[in-house]
Amino acid sequence: MGNELTAGIGGELRTVLLQAGGAAVLCLAVMGLCRRAAVHVERETVISLLRGFLQIALIGILLAMVLHRGFGVGVLILFAMTIAAAVIASRRAGGIPGALQACFVAVAAGSGLTMAAMASIGAVTADLATLVPVGSMVIASAMNSSSQAAERFRTEVASQAGLVEAALALGASPTAAVSAQIRSAVYASLIPRLDSLQSLGIVWVPGMMAGMILSGANPVFAGIYQFIVMAMIYAASGITALSTTLLLRRRIFTPAAQLAVKRSDPARI
Amino acid sequence: MSALDRKLSGSPSSFKLEARGLSRVASGKPLLQGIDLGVSQGETLAVIGPSGSGKSTLLRLLNRLDEPTAGTVLLEGIDYRTIPPQELRRRVGMVMQAPHLFPGNVSQNVGYGPRQRNAPLPDSDIEVLLERVGLAGYASREVSHLSGGEAQRVSLARTLANDPEVLLLDEPTSALDDEAARGIEALVGDIIRERAMTCVIVTHDLAQAARLADRIVILNAGRIKAIGSPEEVIHGK
Repeated sequence: MGNELTAGIGGELRTVLLQAGGAAVLCLAVMGLCRRAAVHVERETVISLLRGFLQIALIGILLAMVLHRGFGVGVLILFAMTIAAAVIASRRAGGIPGALQACFVAVAAGSGLTMAAMASIGAVTADLATLVPVGSMVIASAMNSSSQAAERFRTEVASQAGLVEAALALGASPTAAVSAQIRSAVYASLIPRLDSLQSLGIVWVPGMMAGMILSGANPVFAGIYQFIVMAMIYAASGITALSTTLLLRRRIFTPAAQLAVKRSDPARI
Repeated sequence: MSALDRKLSGSPSSFKLEARGLSRVASGKPLLQGIDLGVSQGETLAVIGPSGSGKSTLLRLLNRLDEPTAGTVLLEGIDYRTIPPQELRRRVGMVMQAPHLFPGNVSQNVGYGPRQRNAPLPDSDIEVLLERVGLAGYASREVSHLSGGEAQRVSLARTLANDPEVLLLDEPTSALDDEAARGIEALVGDIIRERAMTCVIVTHDLAQAARLADRIVILNAGRIKAIGSPEEVIHGK
C-alpha cells in the first residue's frame, strides 16, 4: 500500500471523519424536515448516505493503492465504472429489453470518445492520477445523461403512444414515428449540462477548480482546466444521450414496426 | 411462417381484405379467437359489439399495429406478413378513435403520409382534400385550435392523403358531440361511396352500422356471434 494511504491515517483522518459525520447529521436533519412535510425519503437517504460514504472511501483506498501503477490499471478502473454506470442508467429505461447493453455502449462511447479526443490534444494525460478522477467525472455525467435520456424517451413514447401509432398507421418508419420523442429526450438530458456551462464561475466554482487552487495551482490555469473538463462533460453527455436514445429506439419496436412498450396514454381501447 | 400459417394463407382469396383464423392473446388473455372474415372490393363492413369484444383489436390487427398470435390477413390474396409494414399501412389506411394530430398546422398533418415516402403532396392537392372534408381554408390553422369534429376531419383527410385501397375506421364518431358525429358519419358515408372504397368500420352504434355498412359482423368475447346484411343482423331475417 502506498504512502498516500498511510499518510492520511492519524489526526487528519479523524478530523475528516468528524466532518463527514457532521455533513451526514445535516442530511438527516433535512430528512427529518422532509418527513414533517410528508415527504418520505428516510430509507433512501440513509441508504444513499451509507452507500456514498463507503463507495467513495473505498475508491480513495483503491486510488491510494494503485496511484503509481500503469495506464492499464486506470483503464480497468474506468471500465468497471462504466459497467456500474450502465447498470444504474438502464434502471431508468423501465424494462425496455436490452437497455443495459444499450446504456453500456452509450456511456462507453460518450466517455471513451471524449476522453480519447482530449488525450489526443494533451488535455488529459495517461497517468492514473489524472485519468481516473477526470474519467470518473466524465463517466458520471455520461451516466446522468443516459439515465435522463432513457427515462424521458420511455415516458414520452409511453404517454404519446397514440401519436406514435398514428404515425406508424400513416406509413411512417419507426425512426420517423419517434423522432419528436428522441429530440425531446436528448434536449432534456442536455439542459443540466448547458446550465452548468453557462453558470460556470458565476453561480458556482466547481470542486476540481477549487481543489487545484487549494493545492497551489494558478487560479487562471485552474479555471481554464475546469472549463476543459466541463466541455468534455458536455460532449460526453451529448454523445451518450444520442447513443442511448438511438439504441433504445431499435428496442421499442418489433421487426414488424409495431410499438412494443407499455403505454400510459388513455387512448388504448 | 409456420405450417399452419402457410395452410391459412394457402388457398386463394376472392376478397380485397381477408382475415383467416385471426387470433390475438395478450398477457395470457384471449382478445380475439379464430376470426374468419372477408371484405370484398368496394364493400363496407361494420364491426359492432360490446366493450372488450375485440372490435378495436381486430382493426389493429388488420393494420398490423399488433401481431396476430395465430392466423393472418390477406390483402388481395397476399399474406400481409410478406408486405413491408410501411407499404401495408399506406395501402390499408386507418382512422383512429382519437385524431392524434401531430403538433403543427393542418397542412403539415395532411401531408404527413406522402412525405414519409418522399412524395410530398402539392399544396393544391392538400386544399382539395381539405375542401372534401369540409375544411376549406384551414391549411395554415394550428391543430391545437381545432374543435373535436374538425380534428377528426383532419385525421380523415390525413389518411385519405395516402390514397389507401382499404379504409379502417375505429369508432370515428364516439368522442364527438351529436352534431359533429352526424357530420363525420355523413362525410364518411359520402367518401366511401364516391371512391368505392373497401372499408371496415368499428362502431358501438347499431343504427350507424346499418346506415353505413353493406354487412355487419357482431363480435362478442373475441368471437363472431353473427354476420350478415344489416337487415339479417338487426331483424334476424
